[in-house]
Amino acid sequence: MTIVESPSSTEAPAPSADRPLRREWGVANVFSHGFLLLWALLTTLPLLWVVLSSFKDDNEILTDPWGLPGALRFENWQRAWTEAHIGRYFLNSIIVVSGSLSLTMLFGATAAYVFARYDFRFKQVFYYLFVGGMMFPVFLALVPLFFVVRNAGLFGTWRGLILVYAAYSLPFTVFFLTAFFRTLPQTVAEAALIDGCGHFRLFFRVMLPMARPGLISVAIFNFLGQWNQFILPQVLMQGDDSRWVLAQGLSALAVSQGYQGDFSGLFAGLTIAMLPVLGVYVLFQRQIQSGLTAGQLK
Amino acid sequence: MRHGKYPLIITFLVPPLILYGVFVLSPYLQAFQISTTDWLGYSTDANSVGLDNFVQLFKDDYVWNAIKNNAILLVLVPVLTITLGLFFATMLNMGGRGGRAGVVGVRGTGAYRLVYFFPQVLSVVIIAVIWQQVYHPNAGILNAALEPFGVNGPSWLGDPRTAFWCVLAVMVWSNVGFYVVLFGAAMQAIPKDIYEAVLLDGASRAVMLRRITIPLLWDTVQVAWIYLAIAALDGFILVQLMTNGGPNFSSDVIGLRMYNTAFASDTKFGYASAIGVVMFFLTLSVAVLALRASRRDRIEFS
Repeated sequence: MTIVESPSSTEAPAPSADRPLRREWGVANVFSHGFLLLWALLTTLPLLWVVLSSFKDDNEILTDPWGLPGALRFENWQRAWTEAHIGRYFLNSIIVVSGSLSLTMLFGATAAYVFARYDFRFKQVFYYLFVGGMMFPVFLALVPLFFVVRNAGLFGTWRGLILVYAAYSLPFTVFFLTAFFRTLPQTVAEAALIDGCGHFRLFFRVMLPMARPGLISVAIFNFLGQWNQFILPQVLMQGDDSRWVLAQGLSALAVSQGYQGDFSGLFAGLTIAMLPVLGVYVLFQRQIQSGLTAGQLK
Repeated sequence: MRHGKYPLIITFLVPPLILYGVFVLSPYLQAFQISTTDWLGYSTDANSVGLDNFVQLFKDDYVWNAIKNNAILLVLVPVLTITLGLFFATMLNMGGRGGRAGVVGVRGTGAYRLVYFFPQVLSVVIIAVIWQQVYHPNAGILNAALEPFGVNGPSWLGDPRTAFWCVLAVMVWSNVGFYVVLFGAAMQAIPKDIYEAVLLDGASRAVMLRRITIPLLWDTVQVAWIYLAIAALDGFILVQLMTNGGPNFSSDVIGLRMYNTAFASDTKFGYASAIGVVMFFLTLSVAVLALRASRRDRIEFS
């Protein structure tokens, strides 16, 4: 995926009023294109190299890192999929994240809606309790969390992971969605209530559909965060490797590759893990970029 | 919204509150309490030792070594990332010639923006493993690229002189794309007539960037600074997977120190929690300081 972009020459017929200014910008353009291209190469080359290396055999990888694969060896992929269990870990990740994302969105939306739309006692206290969680480093909670989860009988289970993922996604979700629900027009809700719509129906039938853009943004944000989560499963999902999530499986593969020297298997595993995410990203680039940056611009 | 709102408030608020209280709030509160004990993990007895853990921590060279590395990250990661991010965002959004007063992006802006964002969607684990291979002394592309120049590259991650800097570079690499997009979005929000006006006044590109764009972007830069500073105080996953703090603790960070104290060789939960508490206050003070240091008058476009 390289971008071929010839640095535009200075005599390009650009309408310009100011000659010296134009020359200055032209020179800067050659430089800027150079740097832009350099960074584009820096971001794509390692990824491209991983994909290419997934087709090589170990000998090619070790002796000629820059070379192209001699053949398309899909058996590397197959080995990573079955022997290194990347396939299973992938499935596990899907199970865990679909559970945790649903829970996050349900709880996040309901709590945020209450904070944005209703008044009750100690509302501010509860709100800051929730949102304050964004400030804390997960590390601080790690040791006690381990015991909380173990004592609840959830250690090493998907249920435990789902609950914990959702709990740690709530602060940002509530923060973001509260701000979003506040921007929705008050009049629609009032009209619905006057027409005899109950509070619950109002939420599910009127407010939730109206909040769709915000829900999508925060869902994308949470999906990537939870899909890429590593510290929580590493602490809460030790032992039985049949229930590991993808991030754990990959890091284990990287470690075991060091002993077995199965480079091609590692590259194939990385490729399998990487391509679907990149594919989805390329398809939904605009939504994903705005979803991830929207939270920070608030 | 008068009658019957309480059933909704209770059903909507209580379940999230319980979940949050059990898995987030209570562990945080417990961490503070555990940090004042000598708890050694799986045994039940934990004696209160007051602030002994903190005194010990203060004299622990390994902790200081890790904090030193975090301090370097804290300075360099935000500076490098924000500089590169601003630079690329400027090029992409107003580096182009022609158009309305020259404030358009260079050609291929869309493609650049697509590509730059790649690291942001990949998991840190994938990034760590990929770069571990890039830095690999024999099979990696980095040394293979140096070979034609007659340079015999070091074993990057295996050398205490380079390991830490290699991790730092990856940290910057993985963050820049996000801030290019973030700053780009903020630049798009700046009204074009401002640029037209200063261009008519004969401002150069550099003056425009320094006097117009950056001041108007300041809020966003400030947010970026805080996020990057917090990320720099963490850095745990990259370090653990790429070097595990080595060789010889040269790339250790405070998060890894805590993790290893609690879950690796020994299970000193009390001491590890004390490290966690210190991390918490470090993060908090860095965030507050960053807010203070970068406070300026807010500019709003009417």
